[in-house]
Amino acid sequence: MHELSIVMSIVELATAQAASHDAVAIEEIELDIGCLSGIEMDSFDFAWQQAVKRTILEHAQRRVNRIAGKAFCLDCETEFAMAHLYDGCPVCGSHLCQVKSGKELRLRSLVLPD
Amino acid sequence: MCATCGCGPNSHEHDHSHDHSLQPGNGKKIVDVEQDILQENNLLAQRNRGFFEGRNILAINLVSSPGSGKTSLLERTLTDLKSELNFAVIEGDQQTTNDADRIHATGTKVTQINTGKGCHLDAHMVLHAVQGMKLLPDSVLFIENVGNLVCPAMFDLGEQERAVVISVTEGDDKPLKYPDMFHSSTLCIINKIDLLPYVKFDVAKAKEYARKVNPKLEIIELSCTTGEGMSQWYDWLKAKILQPV
Ligand SMILES: Nc1nc2c(ncn2[C@@H]2O[C@H](COP(=O)(O)OP(=O)(O)OP(=O)(O)O)[C@@H](O)[C@H]2O)c(=O)[nH]1
Ligand SMILES: [Mg+2]
Ligand SMILES: [Zn+2]
Repeated sequence: MHELSIVMSIVELATAQAASHDAVAIEEIELDIGCLSGIEMDSFDFAWQQAVKRTILEHAQRRVNRIAGKAFCLDCETEFAMAHLYDGCPVCGSHLCQVKSGKELRLRSLVLPD
Repeated sequence: MCATCGCGPNSHEHDHSHDHSLQPGNGKKIVDVEQDILQENNLLAQRNRGFFEGRNILAINLVSSPGSGKTSLLERTLTDLKSELNFAVIEGDQQTTNDADRIHATGTKVTQINTGKGCHLDAHMVLHAVQGMKLLPDSVLFIENVGNLVCPAMFDLGEQERAVVISVTEGDDKPLKYPDMFHSSTLCIINKIDLLPYVKFDVAKAKEYARKVNPKLEIIELSCTTGEGMSQWYDWLKAKILQPV
């Protein structure tokens, strides 16, 4: 359950941000979670419920942008949609690919009460 | 970055006159944070890496499912090579000191990190372990991670090499089931090949799957019990020490 550590890091980052803006609550939080980031969303939801209790995020509305996996084939230079890290290039079959997106794990923004 | 107003990646606040994706009501404040959630771990990992590189210490993060043979590999390696190389070991374990005791018995300096419920080591834990260790320059530091093929994948410890161990009793589709770990590793050790006659494990298939996830992955087959293949692993290790990154 590394999702729990991830949620705890989010709580830490958000708490620090809120404090630097003198906010006592967070109304909304927006996250980018890539489809190839290794986060299992069911585990993440479960970890979230546990870890935000009695924190500044307890009542925050959460928005998650799932970022689709994209890779670039180093052999034939095709850019393609990557659903799994073991997917090969649909054009030439090569596995020598560079992941372009889908690995994101980012706290994007917060909405704080005035 | 806010795509509409083009504001920079640094955390700051601003009043929006346009619609933001979050659509706040009047008087609310939007803070564009744009921070990597693993940022703190990654910064500490970089710090560890700098420390290791400055002293020419080869740090190797050993990862696997429970029981694939990480500690057995270390026991045998430390015993066979202790007259040639300087070693130190960090043992990550959820509860016990069993593995650390086994390393200690080989005469190697070992530090234990009990992670409790934590299912992986992180760079912060390694930083503190290293602070108490008086590592020698030009030595090899093995970090045995918690037995788990999922969680440790995401946490850079500052190691130079990540070696994933699988054993032939586990099924040859491990690389497809746990691609993140194979994607982030530099070496794959297929252990317990002495058991190949008794189990259904297709080595060629396992290698094919592993290279689908990571074409650059080096793969070594060996048995910690019989010693078969260990010399290849020792060659790999020595080559890594001879060419500091
Ligand atoms: N037959 C055979 N057994 C092995 C081999 N290597 C390890 N084992 C056995 O596998 C079991 C687990 O080995 P460990 O070295 O404790 O595995 P580990 O990866 O350190 O396990 P955790 O730390 O619990 O995750 C032990 O009973 C070992 O004796 C091998 O090459 N062949
Ligand atoms: Mg062990
Ligand atoms: Zn291609």
